Amino acid sequence: MPEIISKLQLYFSYPFVRNAFIVGVLIAICSSLLGVTLVLKRFSFIGDGLSHVAFGAMAVASVVGLTNNMALVLPITILAAILLLRTGQNTKIKGDAAVAMISVGTLAVGYMLMNLFPTSSNISSDVCSTLFGSTLILTLTSFDVWLCIIMAVIVITMFIVFYNKIFSVTFDESFSKATGINSDAYNLLIAIITAFIIVLAMNLVGSLLISALIIFPALSAMRLFKSFRGVIICSAIISVICAAVGIIISILASTPVGSTIVSADITVFFIFWIISAFTGRSRA
Amino acid sequence: MNDASQVFRKEQIICKNAALGYEDGIVTENLDFTVNSGDYLCILGENGSGKSTLIKALLGLKPQVKGDISWVNGFSSKEIGYLPQQTPVQKDFPASVREIVLSGCLSKTGFRPFYNAKEKTLAAENMARLGISDLAGRCYRDLSGGQQQRVLLARALCATEKMLLLDEPVTGLDPHAQNDLYELISDLNKEGITIIMVSHDISSAVKYASHILHIAKKQLFFGTKEDYLNSKIGKSFIETEAEENA
Repeated sequence: MPEIISKLQLYFSYPFVRNAFIVGVLIAICSSLLGVTLVLKRFSFIGDGLSHVAFGAMAVASVVGLTNNMALVLPITILAAILLLRTGQNTKIKGDAAVAMISVGTLAVGYMLMNLFPTSSNISSDVCSTLFGSTLILTLTSFDVWLCIIMAVIVITMFIVFYNKIFSVTFDESFSKATGINSDAYNLLIAIITAFIIVLAMNLVGSLLISALIIFPALSAMRLFKSFRGVIICSAIISVICAAVGIIISILASTPVGSTIVSADITVFFIFWIISAFTGRSRA
Repeated sequence: MNDASQVFRKEQIICKNAALGYEDGIVTENLDFTVNSGDYLCILGENGSGKSTLIKALLGLKPQVKGDISWVNGFSSKEIGYLPQQTPVQKDFPASVREIVLSGCLSKTGFRPFYNAKEKTLAAENMARLGISDLAGRCYRDLSGGQQQRVLLARALCATEKMLLLDEPVTGLDPHAQNDLYELISDLNKEGITIIMVSHDISSAVKYASHILHIAKKQLFFGTKEDYLNSKIGKSFIETEAEENA
Protein backbone atom coordinates (compact mmCIF):
# COMPACT_ATOMS: atom_id res chain seq x y z
CA MET A 1 0.00 0.00 0.00
CA PRO A 2 2.65 2.62 0.94
CA GLU A 3 4.48 2.08 -2.33
CA ILE A 4 1.24 2.60 -4.25
CA ILE A 5 0.71 5.92 -2.47
CA SER A 6 4.27 7.03 -3.13
CA LYS A 7 3.90 6.01 -6.76
CA LEU A 8 0.72 8.07 -7.01
CA GLN A 9 2.43 10.99 -5.31
CA LEU A 10 5.20 10.79 -7.86
CA TYR A 11 2.77 10.73 -10.76
CA PHE A 12 0.63 13.53 -9.41
CA SER A 13 3.71 15.74 -9.12
CA TYR A 14 3.71 15.83 -12.92
CA PRO A 15 1.47 18.61 -14.26
CA PHE A 16 0.26 16.52 -17.22
CA VAL A 17 -1.11 13.88 -14.86
CA ARG A 18 -2.89 16.54 -12.80
CA ASN A 19 -4.28 18.05 -16.01
CA ALA A 20 -5.58 14.69 -17.15
CA PHE A 21 -7.21 14.16 -13.79
CA ILE A 22 -8.96 17.55 -13.78
CA VAL A 23 -10.17 17.15 -17.35
CA GLY A 24 -11.33 13.59 -16.74
CA VAL A 25 -13.39 14.50 -13.69
CA LEU A 26 -14.98 17.53 -15.37
CA ILE A 27 -15.94 15.61 -18.49
CA ALA A 28 -17.35 12.86 -16.30
CA ILE A 29 -19.64 15.33 -14.50
CA CYS A 30 -20.86 16.96 -17.72
CA SER A 31 -21.51 13.74 -19.60
CA SER A 32 -23.41 12.18 -16.71
CA LEU A 33 -25.64 15.24 -16.25
CA LEU A 34 -26.67 15.14 -19.86
CA GLY A 35 -26.71 11.34 -19.99
CA VAL A 36 -29.84 11.07 -17.86
CA THR A 37 -31.80 13.25 -20.27
CA LEU A 38 -30.43 11.52 -23.36
CA VAL A 39 -31.16 8.03 -22.04
CA LEU A 40 -34.70 9.02 -21.03
CA LYS A 41 -35.34 10.65 -24.39
CA ARG A 42 -34.21 7.40 -26.04
CA PHE A 43 -31.14 9.04 -27.52
CA SER A 44 -28.56 6.75 -25.92
CA PHE A 45 -26.86 6.23 -29.23
CA ILE A 46 -26.50 9.85 -30.15
CA GLY A 47 -23.20 9.94 -28.27
CA ASP A 48 -21.91 7.18 -30.45
CA GLY A 49 -23.14 8.76 -33.65
CA LEU A 50 -21.79 12.21 -32.85
CA SER A 51 -18.41 10.94 -31.76
CA HIS A 52 -18.00 9.24 -35.11
CA VAL A 53 -18.92 12.49 -36.79
CA ALA A 54 -16.24 14.16 -34.70
CA PHE A 55 -13.82 11.42 -35.76
CA GLY A 56 -14.59 12.08 -39.42
CA ALA A 57 -14.23 15.82 -38.91
CA MET A 58 -10.92 15.29 -37.15
CA ALA A 59 -9.67 13.26 -40.10
CA VAL A 60 -10.68 16.04 -42.48
CA ALA A 61 -8.99 18.62 -40.24
CA SER A 62 -5.70 16.73 -40.20
CA VAL A 63 -5.84 16.12 -43.97
CA VAL A 64 -6.43 19.81 -44.60
CA GLY A 65 -3.60 20.48 -42.19
CA LEU A 66 -5.35 22.62 -39.62
CA THR A 67 -3.16 23.26 -36.59
CA ASN A 68 -6.11 23.60 -34.26
CA ASN A 69 -8.61 20.97 -35.38
CA MET A 70 -11.18 22.05 -32.76
CA ALA A 71 -12.12 24.92 -35.07
CA LEU A 72 -13.48 22.43 -37.58
CA VAL A 73 -14.51 19.51 -35.39
CA LEU A 74 -16.76 21.47 -33.03
CA PRO A 75 -18.97 23.23 -35.61
CA ILE A 76 -19.42 20.05 -37.66
CA THR A 77 -20.35 18.01 -34.59
CA ILE A 78 -22.82 20.65 -33.41
CA LEU A 79 -24.41 20.70 -36.84
CA ALA A 80 -24.74 16.92 -36.83
CA ALA A 81 -26.23 17.01 -33.33
CA ILE A 82 -28.87 19.49 -34.40
CA LEU A 83 -29.73 17.45 -37.48
CA LEU A 84 -29.95 14.19 -35.54
CA LEU A 85 -32.15 15.54 -32.75
CA ARG A 86 -34.37 17.21 -35.33
CA THR A 87 -35.10 13.94 -37.12
CA GLY A 88 -37.12 12.99 -34.05
CA GLN A 89 -39.82 15.35 -35.30
CA ASN A 90 -39.38 14.93 -39.03
CA THR A 91 -39.93 11.26 -39.65
CA LYS A 92 -38.72 10.72 -43.18
CA ILE A 93 -35.79 8.80 -41.75
CA LYS A 94 -36.43 7.48 -38.26
CA GLY A 95 -34.20 8.69 -35.43
CA ASP A 96 -32.29 5.47 -34.86
CA ALA A 97 -31.69 4.89 -38.57
CA ALA A 98 -30.42 8.44 -38.99
CA VAL A 99 -28.01 8.05 -36.09
CA ALA A 100 -26.74 4.71 -37.41
CA MET A 101 -26.36 6.10 -40.92
CA ILE A 102 -24.38 9.17 -39.92
CA SER A 103 -22.39 7.20 -37.38
CA VAL A 104 -20.99 4.54 -39.70
CA GLY A 105 -20.86 6.87 -42.68
CA THR A 106 -18.56 9.40 -41.08
CA LEU A 107 -16.45 6.67 -39.50
CA ALA A 108 -15.83 5.09 -42.89
CA VAL A 109 -15.11 8.37 -44.65
CA GLY A 110 -12.82 9.51 -41.85
CA TYR A 111 -10.79 6.31 -41.92
CA MET A 112 -10.63 6.43 -45.71
CA LEU A 113 -9.31 10.01 -45.65
CA MET A 114 -6.71 9.13 -43.04
CA ASN A 115 -5.45 6.34 -45.29
CA LEU A 116 -5.53 8.30 -48.54
CA PHE A 117 -3.77 11.33 -47.09
CA PRO A 118 -1.59 10.01 -44.29
CA THR A 119 -0.20 12.78 -42.09
CA SER A 120 2.10 10.51 -40.12
CA SER A 121 3.83 7.22 -40.80
CA ASN A 122 1.82 5.27 -38.28
CA ILE A 123 -1.82 5.49 -39.35
CA SER A 124 -3.11 2.60 -37.30
CA SER A 125 -1.81 4.07 -34.07
CA ASP A 126 -3.32 7.45 -35.00
CA VAL A 127 -6.67 5.84 -35.66
CA CYS A 128 -6.44 3.72 -32.55
CA SER A 129 -5.79 6.71 -30.33
CA THR A 130 -8.67 8.67 -31.84
CA LEU A 131 -11.01 5.72 -31.39
CA PHE A 132 -9.93 4.66 -27.93
CA GLY A 133 -8.44 7.79 -26.41
CA SER A 134 -5.33 5.89 -25.25
CA THR A 135 -2.54 8.29 -24.33
CA LEU A 136 -4.09 11.45 -25.76
CA ILE A 137 -5.28 12.53 -22.37
CA LEU A 138 -1.72 12.70 -21.08
CA THR A 139 -0.68 15.09 -23.82
CA LEU A 140 -3.18 17.83 -22.99
CA THR A 141 -1.91 21.38 -23.37
CA SER A 142 -2.85 24.04 -20.85
CA PHE A 143 -5.10 25.49 -23.56
CA ASP A 144 -7.05 22.21 -23.65
CA VAL A 145 -7.35 22.19 -19.89
CA TRP A 146 -8.66 25.75 -19.71
CA LEU A 147 -11.04 25.11 -22.58
CA CYS A 148 -12.33 22.11 -20.71
CA ILE A 149 -12.74 24.00 -17.43
CA ILE A 150 -14.63 26.83 -19.15
CA MET A 151 -16.84 24.39 -21.02
CA ALA A 152 -17.60 22.43 -17.89
CA VAL A 153 -18.57 25.60 -16.03
CA ILE A 154 -20.87 26.61 -18.91
CA VAL A 155 -22.47 23.17 -19.16
CA ILE A 156 -23.03 22.83 -15.41
CA THR A 157 -24.42 26.37 -15.11
CA MET A 158 -26.76 25.84 -18.06
CA PHE A 159 -27.92 22.60 -16.56
CA ILE A 160 -28.69 24.14 -13.17
CA VAL A 161 -30.38 27.22 -14.64
CA PHE A 162 -32.54 25.21 -17.04
CA TYR A 163 -32.93 22.18 -14.78
CA ASN A 164 -36.71 22.45 -14.41
CA LYS A 165 -37.23 23.15 -18.08
CA ILE A 166 -35.04 20.24 -19.11
CA PHE A 167 -36.99 18.00 -16.75
CA SER A 168 -40.31 19.08 -18.21
CA VAL A 169 -39.19 18.75 -21.82
CA THR A 170 -37.72 15.32 -21.12
CA PHE A 171 -40.75 14.01 -19.27
CA ASP A 172 -43.47 15.33 -21.50
CA GLU A 173 -42.79 17.37 -24.58
CA SER A 174 -46.46 17.69 -25.59
CA PHE A 175 -47.46 19.12 -22.23
CA SER A 176 -44.53 21.53 -22.16
CA LYS A 177 -45.38 22.78 -25.63
CA ALA A 178 -49.03 23.21 -24.69
CA THR A 179 -48.20 25.41 -21.72
CA GLY A 180 -46.02 27.61 -23.86
CA ILE A 181 -42.54 26.24 -23.12
CA ASN A 182 -40.37 26.52 -26.19
CA SER A 183 -39.39 22.86 -26.21
CA ASP A 184 -37.70 23.06 -29.60
CA ALA A 185 -35.28 25.63 -28.19
CA TYR A 186 -34.48 23.37 -25.25
CA ASN A 187 -33.98 20.38 -27.51
CA LEU A 188 -31.58 22.50 -29.52
CA LEU A 189 -29.77 23.50 -26.34
CA ILE A 190 -29.48 19.84 -25.33
CA ALA A 191 -28.13 18.98 -28.79
CA ILE A 192 -25.49 21.70 -28.69
CA ILE A 193 -24.33 20.83 -25.18
CA THR A 194 -24.15 17.17 -26.19
CA ALA A 195 -21.93 18.03 -29.14
CA PHE A 196 -19.60 20.10 -26.93
CA ILE A 197 -19.27 17.32 -24.37
CA ILE A 198 -18.55 14.73 -27.02
CA VAL A 199 -15.82 16.76 -28.65
CA LEU A 200 -14.24 17.30 -25.23
CA ALA A 201 -14.66 13.69 -24.16
CA MET A 202 -12.97 12.36 -27.30
CA ASN A 203 -9.66 13.29 -25.71
CA LEU A 204 -10.51 11.28 -22.65
CA VAL A 205 -11.99 7.99 -23.80
CA GLY A 206 -11.85 8.25 -27.58
CA SER A 207 -14.77 8.25 -29.92
CA LEU A 208 -15.78 4.61 -29.56
CA LEU A 209 -16.30 4.69 -25.81
CA ILE A 210 -18.01 8.05 -25.32
CA SER A 211 -21.47 6.50 -25.20
CA ALA A 212 -20.35 4.59 -22.13
CA LEU A 213 -19.61 7.80 -20.23
CA ILE A 214 -23.02 9.12 -21.17
CA ILE A 215 -25.21 6.10 -20.52
CA PHE A 216 -23.67 3.96 -17.77
CA PRO A 217 -23.85 6.40 -14.83
CA ALA A 218 -27.42 7.33 -15.81
CA LEU A 219 -28.53 3.72 -16.11
CA SER A 220 -26.89 2.79 -12.80
CA ALA A 221 -28.55 5.68 -10.97
CA MET A 222 -31.93 4.82 -12.47
CA ARG A 223 -31.76 1.36 -10.92
CA LEU A 224 -31.96 2.77 -7.43
CA PHE A 225 -33.33 6.29 -7.33
CA LYS A 226 -36.95 7.31 -7.44
CA SER A 227 -36.73 10.99 -8.20
CA PHE A 228 -35.25 12.83 -11.14
CA ARG A 229 -33.08 14.94 -8.89
CA GLY A 230 -31.83 11.84 -7.07
CA VAL A 231 -30.97 10.16 -10.36
CA ILE A 232 -29.09 13.23 -11.63
CA ILE A 233 -27.04 13.70 -8.47
CA CYS A 234 -26.28 10.02 -8.08
CA SER A 235 -25.28 9.70 -11.72
CA ALA A 236 -22.89 12.65 -11.42
CA ILE A 237 -21.30 11.14 -8.31
CA ILE A 238 -20.94 7.70 -9.89
CA SER A 239 -19.41 9.22 -12.99
CA VAL A 240 -16.86 11.29 -11.08
CA ILE A 241 -15.82 8.38 -8.87
CA CYS A 242 -15.48 6.03 -11.84
CA ALA A 243 -13.44 8.57 -13.79
CA ALA A 244 -11.13 9.23 -10.85
CA VAL A 245 -10.70 5.55 -9.99
CA GLY A 246 -10.26 4.70 -13.68
CA ILE A 247 -7.51 7.26 -14.18
CA ILE A 248 -5.66 6.18 -11.02
CA ILE A 249 -5.85 2.49 -11.92
CA SER A 250 -4.70 3.18 -15.45
CA ILE A 251 -1.66 5.02 -14.06
CA LEU A 252 -0.81 2.25 -11.60
CA ALA A 253 -1.50 -0.69 -13.87
CA SER A 254 -0.54 0.99 -17.16
CA THR A 255 -3.89 0.17 -18.72
CA PRO A 256 -5.54 2.35 -21.39
CA VAL A 257 -7.30 5.28 -19.68
CA GLY A 258 -10.57 5.21 -21.63
CA SER A 259 -11.35 1.55 -21.31
CA THR A 260 -10.35 1.51 -17.63
CA ILE A 261 -12.84 4.27 -16.85
CA VAL A 262 -15.55 2.50 -18.81
CA SER A 263 -14.78 -0.77 -17.01
CA ALA A 264 -15.25 1.03 -13.69
CA ASP A 265 -18.62 2.32 -14.94
CA ILE A 266 -19.66 -1.17 -15.97
CA THR A 267 -18.71 -2.56 -12.56
CA VAL A 268 -20.80 0.08 -10.79
CA PHE A 269 -23.72 -0.66 -13.09
CA PHE A 270 -23.65 -4.34 -12.14
CA ILE A 271 -23.35 -3.55 -8.44
CA PHE A 272 -26.39 -1.25 -8.63
CA TRP A 273 -28.27 -3.76 -10.71
CA ILE A 274 -27.71 -6.48 -8.11
CA ILE A 275 -28.71 -4.15 -5.27
CA SER A 276 -31.89 -3.18 -7.09
CA ALA A 277 -32.72 -6.82 -7.75
CA PHE A 278 -32.40 -7.55 -4.03
CA THR A 279 -34.41 -4.57 -2.90
CA GLY A 280 -37.11 -5.33 -5.45
CA ARG A 281 -36.99 -1.97 -7.11
CA SER A 282 -35.74 -3.28 -10.40
CA ARG A 283 -37.74 -2.37 -13.44
CA ALA A 284 -35.96 -3.96 -16.35
CA MET B 1 -78.33 24.74 -30.18
CA ASN B 2 -77.96 27.62 -27.75
CA ASP B 3 -79.64 26.75 -24.53
CA ALA B 4 -80.49 29.25 -21.83
CA SER B 5 -77.58 28.44 -19.56
CA GLN B 6 -75.09 29.70 -22.14
CA VAL B 7 -76.29 33.25 -21.60
CA PHE B 8 -74.52 33.27 -18.25
CA ARG B 9 -71.41 31.60 -19.55
CA LYS B 10 -68.48 33.24 -21.22
CA GLU B 11 -67.22 32.00 -24.52
CA GLN B 12 -63.65 30.69 -24.37
CA ILE B 13 -62.96 29.16 -27.75
CA ILE B 14 -64.79 29.97 -30.96
CA CYS B 15 -64.13 27.85 -34.00
CA LYS B 16 -65.62 29.14 -37.24
CA ASN B 17 -65.70 27.00 -40.37
CA ALA B 18 -62.13 25.87 -39.71
CA ALA B 19 -60.24 23.32 -41.76
CA LEU B 20 -57.22 21.58 -40.31
CA GLY B 21 -54.48 19.65 -41.97
CA TYR B 22 -51.12 19.77 -43.63
CA GLU B 23 -49.80 21.33 -46.78
CA ASP B 24 -50.58 18.21 -48.75
CA GLY B 25 -54.09 17.60 -47.51
CA ILE B 26 -56.96 18.53 -45.25
CA VAL B 27 -57.47 16.20 -42.30
CA THR B 28 -60.75 17.58 -41.06
CA GLU B 29 -62.94 20.50 -42.11
CA ASN B 30 -66.18 22.43 -41.60
CA LEU B 31 -65.47 22.73 -37.88
CA ASP B 32 -67.97 25.10 -36.35
CA PHE B 33 -68.33 25.11 -32.60
CA THR B 34 -68.04 27.18 -29.46
CA VAL B 35 -66.67 26.24 -26.07
CA ASN B 36 -68.07 28.19 -23.12
CA SER B 37 -66.72 28.35 -19.62
CA GLY B 38 -68.03 25.50 -17.50
CA ASP B 39 -68.85 23.30 -20.49
CA TYR B 40 -68.01 19.62 -20.60
CA LEU B 41 -67.38 19.00 -24.27
CA CYS B 42 -66.71 15.53 -25.52
CA ILE B 43 -65.06 15.15 -28.92
CA LEU B 44 -66.01 11.87 -30.53
CA GLY B 45 -64.61 10.28 -33.64
CA GLU B 46 -63.01 7.18 -35.07
CA ASN B 47 -59.26 6.81 -35.35
CA GLY B 48 -57.97 9.00 -38.15
CA SER B 49 -60.93 11.34 -37.98
CA GLY B 50 -58.68 14.28 -37.16
CA LYS B 51 -59.01 14.30 -33.37
CA SER B 52 -55.33 14.70 -32.63
CA THR B 53 -54.97 17.42 -35.25
CA LEU B 54 -57.89 19.21 -33.61
CA ILE B 55 -56.16 18.94 -30.22
CA LYS B 56 -53.04 20.60 -31.59
CA ALA B 57 -55.13 23.35 -33.11
CA LEU B 58 -57.00 23.98 -29.86
CA LEU B 59 -53.69 24.19 -28.01
CA GLY B 60 -52.51 26.76 -30.51
CA LEU B 61 -49.69 24.53 -31.73
CA LYS B 62 -50.98 24.14 -35.27
CA PRO B 63 -52.59 26.94 -37.23
CA GLN B 64 -55.75 26.14 -39.19
CA VAL B 65 -55.59 25.91 -42.97
CA LYS B 66 -58.87 27.74 -43.46
CA GLY B 67 -61.42 29.50 -41.30
CA ASP B 68 -60.84 30.83 -37.83
CA ILE B 69 -60.13 29.56 -34.33
CA SER B 70 -60.04 32.19 -31.63
CA TRP B 71 -59.51 32.20 -27.90
CA VAL B 72 -61.73 34.96 -26.55
CA ASN B 73 -62.71 36.87 -23.41
CA GLY B 74 -59.19 37.02 -22.08
CA PHE B 75 -58.71 33.29 -22.46
CA SER B 76 -55.49 32.14 -24.10
CA SER B 77 -54.43 28.81 -25.59
CA LYS B 78 -51.61 28.71 -23.03
CA GLU B 79 -54.20 28.47 -20.25
CA ILE B 80 -55.37 25.05 -21.34
CA GLY B 81 -54.25 22.33 -18.95
CA TYR B 82 -53.38 19.50 -21.28
CA LEU B 83 -53.41 15.84 -20.37
CA PRO B 84 -51.67 14.09 -23.27
CA GLN B 85 -51.73 10.38 -23.93
CA GLN B 86 -48.97 8.59 -22.10
CA THR B 87 -45.80 7.91 -24.00
CA PRO B 88 -43.64 4.81 -23.50
CA VAL B 89 -40.91 7.10 -22.15
CA GLN B 90 -43.12 8.17 -19.25
CA LYS B 91 -44.10 4.68 -18.15
CA ASP B 92 -40.53 4.05 -17.03
CA PHE B 93 -39.55 7.53 -15.95
CA PRO B 94 -37.62 7.97 -12.71
CA ALA B 95 -39.31 11.02 -11.25
CA SER B 96 -41.19 11.58 -8.01
CA VAL B 97 -44.86 12.56 -8.05
CA ARG B 98 -43.98 15.90 -6.44
CA GLU B 99 -41.50 16.73 -9.21
CA ILE B 100 -44.02 15.98 -11.94
CA VAL B 101 -46.90 17.93 -10.39
CA LEU B 102 -44.58 20.87 -9.77
CA SER B 103 -43.55 20.89 -13.42
CA GLY B 104 -47.09 22.05 -14.20
CA CYS B 105 -46.13 25.41 -12.65
CA LEU B 106 -43.27 25.82 -15.09
CA SER B 107 -45.01 28.33 -17.34
CA LYS B 108 -45.49 30.56 -14.30
CA THR B 109 -41.76 30.74 -13.58
CA GLY B 110 -40.78 32.58 -16.77
CA PHE B 111 -37.07 33.28 -16.66
CA ARG B 112 -36.77 32.36 -12.98
CA PRO B 113 -34.83 29.09 -12.84
CA PHE B 114 -36.49 27.65 -9.73
CA TYR B 115 -39.96 27.33 -8.22
CA ASN B 116 -40.99 29.71 -5.48
CA ALA B 117 -42.94 28.96 -2.32
CA LYS B 118 -46.25 29.96 -3.91
CA GLU B 119 -45.83 27.44 -6.72
CA LYS B 120 -44.83 24.71 -4.27
CA THR B 121 -47.98 25.43 -2.25
CA LEU B 122 -50.08 25.29 -5.42
CA ALA B 123 -48.60 21.90 -6.28
CA ALA B 124 -49.29 20.62 -2.76
CA GLU B 125 -52.87 21.91 -2.91
CA ASN B 126 -53.54 20.21 -6.22
CA MET B 127 -52.10 16.94 -4.96
CA ALA B 128 -54.44 17.18 -1.96
CA ARG B 129 -57.36 18.02 -4.25
CA LEU B 130 -56.85 14.84 -6.25
CA GLY B 131 -56.10 12.71 -3.21
CA ILE B 132 -52.50 11.92 -4.07
CA SER B 133 -50.73 13.80 -1.27
CA ASP B 134 -49.56 10.54 0.26
CA LEU B 135 -47.92 9.57 -3.03
CA ALA B 136 -45.80 12.76 -3.24
CA GLY B 137 -42.50 11.01 -2.61
CA ARG B 138 -43.29 7.91 -4.66
CA CYS B 139 -41.77 7.20 -8.03
CA TYR B 140 -44.06 7.77 -11.00
CA ARG B 141 -43.19 4.46 -12.67
CA ASP B 142 -44.22 2.49 -9.57
CA LEU B 143 -47.79 3.85 -9.60
CA SER B 144 -50.89 2.22 -11.05
CA GLY B 145 -52.35 3.61 -14.28
CA GLY B 146 -55.15 5.38 -12.43
CA GLN B 147 -52.73 7.00 -9.99
CA GLN B 148 -50.50 8.12 -12.87
CA GLN B 149 -53.46 9.84 -14.53
CA ARG B 150 -54.25 11.63 -11.27
CA VAL B 151 -50.66 12.86 -11.11
CA LEU B 152 -50.89 14.22 -14.65
CA LEU B 153 -54.26 15.81 -13.84
CA ALA B 154 -52.75 17.52 -10.80
CA ARG B 155 -49.95 18.78 -13.02
CA ALA B 156 -52.46 20.14 -15.55
CA LEU B 157 -54.35 21.88 -12.72
CA CYS B 158 -51.12 23.62 -11.69
CA ALA B 159 -50.96 25.10 -15.16
CA THR B 160 -54.56 26.30 -15.28
CA GLU B 161 -57.76 26.85 -13.36
CA LYS B 162 -59.83 27.44 -16.48
CA MET B 163 -59.80 24.59 -18.93
CA LEU B 164 -58.58 21.00 -19.13
CA LEU B 165 -58.06 19.21 -22.42
CA LEU B 166 -57.89 15.46 -21.96
CA ASP B 167 -56.78 13.10 -24.71
CA GLU B 168 -58.30 9.65 -24.22
CA PRO B 169 -57.63 9.79 -20.48
CA VAL B 170 -59.00 6.37 -19.56
CA THR B 171 -57.08 4.35 -22.13
CA GLY B 172 -55.46 1.33 -20.53
CA LEU B 173 -57.22 1.67 -17.19
CA ASP B 174 -59.32 -1.07 -15.63
CA PRO B 175 -63.09 -0.37 -15.48
CA HIS B 176 -62.99 0.60 -11.81
CA ALA B 177 -60.17 3.11 -12.33
CA GLN B 178 -61.92 4.43 -15.43
CA ASN B 179 -65.02 5.13 -13.39
CA ASP B 180 -63.02 6.86 -10.66
CA LEU B 181 -61.33 9.07 -13.19
CA TYR B 182 -64.60 10.01 -14.90
CA GLU B 183 -66.12 10.94 -11.54
CA LEU B 184 -63.07 12.99 -10.65
CA ILE B 185 -63.18 14.88 -13.94
CA SER B 186 -66.89 15.44 -13.51
CA ASP B 187 -66.27 16.90 -10.03
CA LEU B 188 -63.64 19.26 -11.43
CA ASN B 189 -66.17 20.36 -14.04
CA LYS B 190 -68.70 21.09 -11.28
CA GLU B 191 -66.09 23.32 -9.64
CA GLY B 192 -66.25 25.43 -12.79
CA ILE B 193 -63.38 24.12 -14.87
CA THR B 194 -64.19 23.72 -18.55
CA ILE B 195 -63.50 20.20 -19.75
CA ILE B 196 -62.73 19.13 -23.31
CA MET B 197 -62.31 15.41 -23.58
CA VAL B 198 -61.33 13.45 -26.64
CA SER B 199 -62.74 9.98 -26.44
CA HIS B 200 -64.22 7.09 -28.33
CA ASP B 201 -66.04 5.84 -25.28
CA ILE B 202 -69.53 6.95 -26.28
CA SER B 203 -71.41 5.63 -23.27
CA SER B 204 -69.40 7.71 -20.80
CA ALA B 205 -69.47 10.65 -23.16
CA VAL B 206 -73.23 10.81 -23.10
CA LYS B 207 -73.27 10.12 -19.38
CA TYR B 208 -70.98 12.98 -18.29
CA ALA B 209 -70.65 15.54 -21.09
CA SER B 210 -72.81 18.59 -21.59
CA HIS B 211 -71.89 19.00 -25.25
CA ILE B 212 -70.81 16.64 -28.00
CA LEU B 213 -68.66 17.33 -31.03
CA HIS B 214 -68.61 14.42 -33.44
CA ILE B 215 -66.07 14.53 -36.25
CA ALA B 216 -65.05 12.25 -39.10
CA LYS B 217 -62.96 14.11 -41.69
CA LYS B 218 -65.56 16.83 -41.26
CA GLN B 219 -67.88 17.94 -38.51
CA LEU B 220 -70.84 15.58 -38.23
CA PHE B 221 -72.50 17.06 -35.16
CA PHE B 222 -72.08 19.77 -32.59
CA GLY B 223 -74.58 20.57 -29.90
CA THR B 224 -75.83 19.58 -26.50
CA LYS B 225 -75.83 15.98 -25.39
CA GLU B 226 -79.63 15.89 -25.42
CA ASP B 227 -79.80 17.02 -29.04
CA TYR B 228 -77.12 14.49 -29.96
CA LEU B 229 -79.07 11.62 -28.43
CA ASN B 230 -82.08 12.60 -30.53
CA SER B 231 -80.13 13.16 -33.72
CA LYS B 232 -79.84 10.62 -36.49
CA ILE B 233 -76.05 10.48 -36.34
CA GLY B 234 -76.06 10.12 -32.55
CA LYS B 235 -78.59 7.30 -32.59
CA SER B 236 -76.77 5.34 -35.27
CA PHE B 237 -73.39 5.79 -33.60
CA ILE B 238 -74.73 4.60 -30.26
CA GLU B 239 -76.34 1.59 -31.90
CA THR B 240 -73.13 0.57 -33.67
CA GLU B 241 -71.19 0.93 -30.43
CA ALA B 242 -73.78 -1.14 -28.57
CA GLU B 243 -73.54 -3.87 -31.21
CA GLU B 244 -69.78 -3.90 -31.01
CA ASN B 245 -69.84 -4.18 -27.26
CA ALA B 246 -72.55 -6.86 -27.26
